[in-house]
Amino acid sequence: MDMIDNDTETLVYSRPNSLTDVSTHYCPGCTHGIAHRLIAEVIDEMNIREKMIGVASVGCSVFAYNYFNFDFVQAPHGRAPAMATGVKRVLPEKVVMTYQGDGDMASIGMAEIVHAATRGENITVFFINNTNYGMTGGQMAPTTLPGQKTTSSQNGRDVETQGYPIRAAELLSQLDGSSYVVRRSLNDPKNIRLAKKAIRMAFEVQLRGLGFSMIEFLSICPTNWGMSASASMTWLENNMIPYYPLGDYKVHPAVAEIKI
Amino acid sequence: MPPKGRIVVNEAYCKGCELCVGACPQNVLGLAADHITAKGYHPATLISEGCTGCGICGIICPEAAITIYREKTGVVRATS
Ligand SMILES: Cc1ncc(C[n+]2csc(CCOP(=O)(O)OP(=O)(O)O)c2C)c(N)n1
Ligand code: SF4
Ligand code: SF4
Repeated sequence: MDMIDNDTETLVYSRPNSLTDVSTHYCPGCTHGIAHRLIAEVIDEMNIREKMIGVASVGCSVFAYNYFNFDFVQAPHGRAPAMATGVKRVLPEKVVMTYQGDGDMASIGMAEIVHAATRGENITVFFINNTNYGMTGGQMAPTTLPGQKTTSSQNGRDVETQGYPIRAAELLSQLDGSSYVVRRSLNDPKNIRLAKKAIRMAFEVQLRGLGFSMIEFLSICPTNWGMSASASMTWLENNMIPYYPLGDYKVHPAVAEIKI
Repeated sequence: MPPKGRIVVNEAYCKGCELCVGACPQNVLGLAADHITAKGYHPATLISEGCTGCGICGIICPEAAITIYREKTGVVRATS
């Protein structure tokens, strides 16, 4: 925080302490930054920074450990939920989060996420759905929309040969082990506020020992989509939200009682 | 009278993505045409009077680059 309230002005907003003073390598407008910021704000507000352990994944967010101002480990591609399982079981008093892209979590790491959820591991998973593999150059991901052009589906995703997108929140919500599974969007201030509230809820779930929580964030990748950041936000709204409806897919009755 | 506010953009972080420019309800944000940041971007800046300190630009900024202040009136406003 660079300044505090003074006699004439109220501080409305400043950079959260749970982010380091480091400029990220993310492209201009990338919603990885919004997701990082919201997670950091909630950690500040809950005063749990000293309890946090993050598990970074492979993808554009591979350097997340440089940007969050708390302890982090870095997992092999897709294995963050397995690593988080070990960390949380050994250090149950810590708050353990993974931060994973859609290539990482819904493709190479599908086994790890499904089994962590079905075991009801008391961890929190932040899942960034930007419909492609950002880091490696915008290849098709399990979340790429039907007809969407990527560098490895140049005529548009053909569901006949390439299958249908995976709706991760719906899928994980079907497992008895999951406690809080929701989808939010980072496209506009209203949805960003709702996303922040869900992050708060997910950490509350973990702190109460209520088990597995996962938030899917509909996100943009302006660079690989070949659009400006604001055009990407509009594309998200018009194309992603209809296919990936926002909402609460699993709220265990014990979670529903939490008031925040 | 609408509340009066101001913002400070930290140019070490701003990448000129323009998301705040599109989100500002008062249309008082733009990119500074006269200089670039160390990373080579034209940073966001207030281009006219009328900032209310509403906080919206801070909510959309992916870089947590914006600090927002609101002038105190007789009543002390709650911070968000
Ligand atoms: C075992 C292994 N296989 C493949 C790769 C190459 N690789 C790096 S990042 C990535 C996909 C990342 O996409 P996503 O998880 O969607 O994250 P984003 O970059 O979009 O944030 C792949 C396939 C790797 N690093 N390791
Ligand atoms: S390539 Fe896409 S996901 Fe990666 S930092 Fe750039 S915009 Fe973000
Ligand atoms: S605080 Fe509100 S009015 Fe002021 S620049 Fe930011 S979005 Fe615009």
